[in-house]
Amino acid sequence: MLLTIATTHPPARDLGFLLHKHPDRVHSFTEPMGTAHVFYPETTGDRCTVALLLEVDPVRLVRGRAGPAGEGFALTQYVNDRPYAASSMLAMALKDVFRTAMTGRCDARPELAATAIPLEIHVPAVASRAGSDLPRRLFEPLGWQVAVATGPLDPDVPEWGESPYLDVRLRGTVRLAEALNHLYVLLPVLDDAKHYRVGGDEVDKLLRAGADWLPSHPESELIARRYLSHRRELTRSALARLAEVDDTEPEQLDDALAGAVDLDPPDRPLSLAEQRRGAVLAVLRSHAARRVGDLGCGEGLLARDLLAEGTIEHVVAADASARALRIAGSRLGVERMSDSQRARLTLIQSSLTYRDERLTGLDAAVLMEVVEHVDPSRLGALEATVFGYAAPALVLVTTPNVEHNVRFATLPAGAMRHRDHRFEWSRAQLRAWAGRVAAEHGYTVRHLPIGPDDPEVGPPTQLAVFSRAVAA
Amino acid sequence: MTPDRTEPSPSPSPLPLPLPSPRQLAVPALSLVVLVGASGSGKSTFARTHFRATEVISSDFCRGLVADDENDQSATPEAFELLRYIAGKRLAAGRLTVIDATNVQPDARRPLVTLAREHDVLPVAIVLDVPEGVCAARNASRADRDFGPHVVRRQRDQLRRGLRGLSREGFRTVHLLRGEGEIADVGITRTPLFNDLRHETGPFDVIGDIHGCRAELEALLDRLGYTLGRDEAGRAVGAAHRDGRRVIFVGDLVDRGPDTPGVLRLVMGMVAAGAAFCVPGNHENKLLRALRGRDVRIGHGLAESLAQLATEPAPFRAQVERFLDGLISHYVLDGGGLVVAHAGLPERYHGRASGRVRELCLYGETTGESDEYGLPVRHPWAQEYRGKATVLYGHTPVPTPEWVNNTLCVDTGCVFGGSLSALRYPERELVAVPAAEVYWAPARPFPANPEAADAAEWPAAGSVAVGRRDPEVLDLTDVLGTRVVETRHQKRISVREGNAAAALEVMSRFAIDPRWLLHLPPTMSPVATSTVADLLEHPDQAFEAYRDAGVAAVVCEEKHMGSRAVALVCRSLDAARGRFGAPDDRAGAVWTRTGRPFFPGELTAELVDRLRAAAEAAGLFDELDTSWLLLDAELLPWSAKAGQLLREQYAAVGAAARASLPVAVDLLEQAARGGREVGDLLIRTRSRAANAAAFGAAYRRYQWPTDGLRGVRIAPFQVLASEGAAHHGRPHAWHLDLADRLVAADPDLVAPTRRIFVDTTEPESVAAATAWWTELTAAGGEGMVVKPAANLTVGRRGIVQPGLKVRGREYLRIIYGPDYTEPANLERLRERGLGHKRSLAQREYALGLEALDRLALGEPLWRVHECVFAVLALESEPVDPRL
Repeated sequence: MLLTIATTHPPARDLGFLLHKHPDRVHSFTEPMGTAHVFYPETTGDRCTVALLLEVDPVRLVRGRAGPAGEGFALTQYVNDRPYAASSMLAMALKDVFRTAMTGRCDARPELAATAIPLEIHVPAVASRAGSDLPRRLFEPLGWQVAVATGPLDPDVPEWGESPYLDVRLRGTVRLAEALNHLYVLLPVLDDAKHYRVGGDEVDKLLRAGADWLPSHPESELIARRYLSHRRELTRSALARLAEVDDTEPEQLDDALAGAVDLDPPDRPLSLAEQRRGAVLAVLRSHAARRVGDLGCGEGLLARDLLAEGTIEHVVAADASARALRIAGSRLGVERMSDSQRARLTLIQSSLTYRDERLTGLDAAVLMEVVEHVDPSRLGALEATVFGYAAPALVLVTTPNVEHNVRFATLPAGAMRHRDHRFEWSRAQLRAWAGRVAAEHGYTVRHLPIGPDDPEVGPPTQLAVFSRAVAA
Repeated sequence: MTPDRTEPSPSPSPLPLPLPSPRQLAVPALSLVVLVGASGSGKSTFARTHFRATEVISSDFCRGLVADDENDQSATPEAFELLRYIAGKRLAAGRLTVIDATNVQPDARRPLVTLAREHDVLPVAIVLDVPEGVCAARNASRADRDFGPHVVRRQRDQLRRGLRGLSREGFRTVHLLRGEGEIADVGITRTPLFNDLRHETGPFDVIGDIHGCRAELEALLDRLGYTLGRDEAGRAVGAAHRDGRRVIFVGDLVDRGPDTPGVLRLVMGMVAAGAAFCVPGNHENKLLRALRGRDVRIGHGLAESLAQLATEPAPFRAQVERFLDGLISHYVLDGGGLVVAHAGLPERYHGRASGRVRELCLYGETTGESDEYGLPVRHPWAQEYRGKATVLYGHTPVPTPEWVNNTLCVDTGCVFGGSLSALRYPERELVAVPAAEVYWAPARPFPANPEAADAAEWPAAGSVAVGRRDPEVLDLTDVLGTRVVETRHQKRISVREGNAAAALEVMSRFAIDPRWLLHLPPTMSPVATSTVADLLEHPDQAFEAYRDAGVAAVVCEEKHMGSRAVALVCRSLDAARGRFGAPDDRAGAVWTRTGRPFFPGELTAELVDRLRAAAEAAGLFDELDTSWLLLDAELLPWSAKAGQLLREQYAAVGAAARASLPVAVDLLEQAARGGREVGDLLIRTRSRAANAAAFGAAYRRYQWPTDGLRGVRIAPFQVLASEGAAHHGRPHAWHLDLADRLVAADPDLVAPTRRIFVDTTEPESVAAATAWWTELTAAGGEGMVVKPAANLTVGRRGIVQPGLKVRGREYLRIIYGPDYTEPANLERLRERGLGHKRSLAQREYALGLEALDRLALGEPLWRVHECVFAVLALESEPVDPRL
């Protein structure tokens, strides 16, 4: 990965003083993941360009990793853009190599160090995962003119469209130390890296580097959030390995939790998720359900509300995702629960594909935003296990009302609300399904809206309440 | 878990040698033996003398376990709780258990009788009644028993008072031994239970409910090859088979039909002559009570039996009464592999004896509800059945017998105008004769002609419809938790809990219906690392490996540049429905290595149909005598499945490299022109730029545009299974020949697999194959897979690797990264360890074969799914993904 910094401030060769790197030599430094080289392609009288080339050692990139060595990483750890795209690694190298320059100290040319000089910065490959206008949003407020170019993803396969890498050029009159700090903080933000971990102390360091300008930066929140949110490690969970067996990306499988499009307008007093839980609780209260199953409990938000209901004696929270259950367990504080609290909760991995005896004997089962994650061809299995086998007196099914999607400004037309949704039903479709299932399994069904019931497109979420018909 | 009924295996603690004693106490081989005697009466010595050390649980021992002191009376409640817990575990496993405690009070014995009943074993009491003085003297000689003689006196009083009540307490056998002499002078004889016919290994013909249909029974016996024996009056009184086969009647011989006495005469004759076994049905039970003059409600055809029997002479009726009275609730036969009970029997009751077991055998388990015809709704025990023993039963008539989890109902409603059926065991062939007429109108409509009986017409009764073919239901306990799968080719294979958890999520969120998902292909190991200068893999190591494993003939198959696919192709939608339930109402499915569908439903249907047509044209269905084929294949292009990965991962890497490396080269050249010492760095950077270009060329071969099926190719290279057969015993030449015929039938869709056969002991042959590989990979091919030509090969150390992949130098760029060919990188990459990958490949292969073998044998779905699930779980084990 590469960046160049050029100046036309005469005498241009003085850039070498500012950087504490002699223009006539090639300087090499050992970095954790490879070697950083500093050299000057151009040192004419009126223009001087310095290049920082980080030569990443791909084998070391894999083996040198802290973390579960020997566990093996995802295949994407072996074949990735890290050796080429500017990232936090380049930022780290920048800091190591130009440490003194970044502080603004230059005993040889102190006035120059304190002077804003014309600078041109070129970063030929920056990932654009975060959007191609991000360089502008990040650098323009700091006084840079920003030029962004991009090429094809693969010139031989034109139908693949544009490359996700940007060629970024910055032009401005800035103190060199400041410019280096801008790059140091913002390169990793641009990269939005998934692979390179930033330790907690590094985050602090980065934010300190931006102390002068970050607070007033219009995108300061985004910048800070990026750092914090991308500390998640992408270790190879057992699940991720299965994704890879099928040549899919681990995130595609491990989406049991995140990924919902944020649909709640900020001014709404209750979020849609809260309203769903509210409506579900109301129905459970009206039926005085004592043993309640939360099937597909995810992170356990509903389970938490159910446990807070004194009248509910037992909650069976089940999910197919072991990771979701771990999170639910810690959110609900299972380890800290007293014995009597603990006795009220059964937290289990289960699957609606398989009959599970632990789900029998319930008064009510809640399938909150669950059915739409099941392939239509597998709905029959869900029906058999829930309505046929577990057969609680009451079954609550909530699911998006697709008609309402047009009311979400942030949702592209025709898109589903979550990337794992296998379908989204209209009100009529839910009614048709619910009616058939109820008839086949001896239930009656009624329908309730959740969220504002739009006169034209209905509520955002729909709730079907199945009650088992009492045998005559 | 199959209860091991009397003979624990494989190396139990030794059974004491039987003493040559005049008096033998009979103890049922599966029972709970409760020793009763005061402290010092010699119970422990007695137990040691007659039982295995592991069979005896003493209260003293349990007291020691929970309180570190065998005499700490304050620990008694906990000690007995532990004692009952251990005894319960043993009884659940079908092991005789001896309780060594004083047990002198009824209150102490009661929980033990309850325990025996809970596990449906017989409680036996052996009372050691020894004079006080003897007990006291023994206790006095033991330092740890410092209680006074009053304790023993009290215990002995309690014992004597309770003696008379022992059988009322529930002890089916009570042995009373008075005095040291008697105690020293007895031996224990373990008597097999009446239901234990494990030594009878067949072959058998198991006949369903007859209900007085004598003519049909005679016809069926004739069809089965029996010769009827008749008395002077011409009445059938016996039957014998020329090959010594024997009949097992599942009960309900009587009532409703025209000739109950005739049926009884024949059956009783056969049983008496040792030509048949018979278990009772609920109708026999009621008839017996009626014959004994009990007050029974006359209905369900009992009146007919009584009327018909009334015309028979009294001695015959007495004989019938004795016969019915002697019938044993169920039988366990053939080494435990076969169980016959009138209404079927869940596994935990096999070989057990109790009133409850008898009730279950006669009437079955009901949910307490009634269906719309007023008949009891039956608990679907067969759906939950996971036992190894085949269970054959009758009781509820079905139009056509259907296997459900290794159980089969052979009652085909003869008296209702259906047919009388027999199952040949162990052949598992059904033989039936139609009913001559409808003798009795059923409460629930019964299809008169079984040929025309379609399962769909059979009325559903409640959620658990009797006789309706329910899809085979999988239970979470079939897959979750730490599991051990028994396979025939590699013994036991374990699956860790965490891996099963990951597999469960994928299976339930992404995989196709388990009824389709009959196989998952195993992972494959690469060859040992090559030592050739610039290569990581080379054919030499593959040939070496097989030669060293004793395999001379191998086949090299080109490695297709696609995704592994398994295709299930049925000859028709009807065949798919009949054999697999056709979960999504299609005639087959095509899935990936983790069980996901490749294509949406419509496109899958189209692909399956094209394959079906090709197989039809190639004559494969007829040749293999099957209505379905399970194909192992490669689906091309790779981009059809992994398009997103190609674009977002591989192409992106290429784009990033293209954006940065040429710029770096320019700058370095510029610096060099300016006189800077950039020498090695420039050379390296140029080389990396070239590597990146080669990387682009490598991944680009894996994509081409497809539109629907246009552009999609499928290259089958193995027929995994067809009806009744798994084909891993057939040589690869056979498989590839069938594949070629599919290619010939639909060359647009089906792609050929190029191959070359090699003798690993012939240098010329090896050289030719190496040249072939070199040419293949130089032209951009992915490489080849070397397999033992004979297919499944078992060597001295188990299964020989079923295939070794030898991947091409350029292809490996997309696996190991663009720069892996740089000498410094290659050097380090050679250190790769293959052990885990090989072991994984072997285990997954064994599991995959097991799934196919079970499928071929017609085993229940859960047995097949267990293996398939285990393959998926193993795939989540951590192993270097580049291998």
